Amino acid sequence: MHVPDGFFNAAVSVGAGVVAAGGVALCLRKARDELDERTAPLAGAVAAFIFATQMINFPIGLGTSGHLMGGALAAILVGPYAGALCVTVVLIVQGLVFADGGLTALGINVVLMAFTTVVIGWLVFRLAMGVLPKTRSSATGAAFVGALASVPVAALVFVGLFAIGGNADLSLGSVAAAMTGFHVLIGVGEGLITAATVGFVATIRPDLVYGLRGTLAREQAALAGGVA
Amino acid sequence: MSAADQGTGTGPTPANHSRRSALIVLGLLVAAAIIAGVISGFASGSPDGLNRVAEDKGFSSLEQSHGAEGSPLAGYSTSGVDAERLSGGLAGVVGVALTFLVGGAIFLVVRRRPTTNTTPTDAP
Repeated sequence: MHVPDGFFNAAVSVGAGVVAAGGVALCLRKARDELDERTAPLAGAVAAFIFATQMINFPIGLGTSGHLMGGALAAILVGPYAGALCVTVVLIVQGLVFADGGLTALGINVVLMAFTTVVIGWLVFRLAMGVLPKTRSSATGAAFVGALASVPVAALVFVGLFAIGGNADLSLGSVAAAMTGFHVLIGVGEGLITAATVGFVATIRPDLVYGLRGTLAREQAALAGGVA
Repeated sequence: MSAADQGTGTGPTPANHSRRSALIVLGLLVAAAIIAGVISGFASGSPDGLNRVAEDKGFSSLEQSHGAEGSPLAGYSTSGVDAERLSGGLAGVVGVALTFLVGGAIFLVVRRRPTTNTTPTDAP
């Protein structure tokens, strides 16, 4: 979903840039509480993993493809604030070095692919964990749902921004329908990759998964209490 | 189900655990290098969701040329390397390393320090 230069007018581009800068400043402050000596290198590795995975466009049929955005994955593994920073770092490297995602659209891309996917992915993950039994395996399912939801919502935020300051006069309803349709399908891929990765890390080192903090203590307590 | 509500987190053994968290970091980086270096060559070349909608709805022509078009790694290919898979794979591995270094540096700076360190409130 990397937005190139030229799609949006200056007002929306600059406005999104200001929101992105403010959001990053907030994340830099708040990520402090999510990261320690062990998880700081992990967050760097998660960013690198997201960069790599974003190179894999998977086909969704209809001559169209999609790739992981990674906001939900990063939020669940290292925390929402550090997670948003992970995706932002990826977007900056892609924009500056790989000419992927417009430079004037960097703020827009951060708002869409870092902030929106982290917020939706994390909230839906937390909601699902609240409903599901508090176990490690529930985290895999909750990760799938959170990641799936995050992608079409990011697509709708794109349409909302386009309504405010897109450089073309379009029937927004039909753009919204098309964006949602394709991005629900891409979201399924996002959900599968996210669930597999979270499930893998949760199997080996559940204590490193930010989204499992608390759950793990309860799981151990339940096991100790003789409830298998 | 019994009254075991008090979070009885069992204390991990620090030395063993930091070694295994280094393994997870290494594992993610190796996976990333393989994905970006090798598997990326098999990625779909079809337009992504946004590009597809832009084509269908007639606004793809709005796209302007990229300011970093002249970068040696622009478009995920390494300039000067003609073999397509190698060119893309090399660019991918450099990108993985760069992202880890930039991200890791930022996260090491913002992370929580051990409490023995001077706290920010000590600043003049």
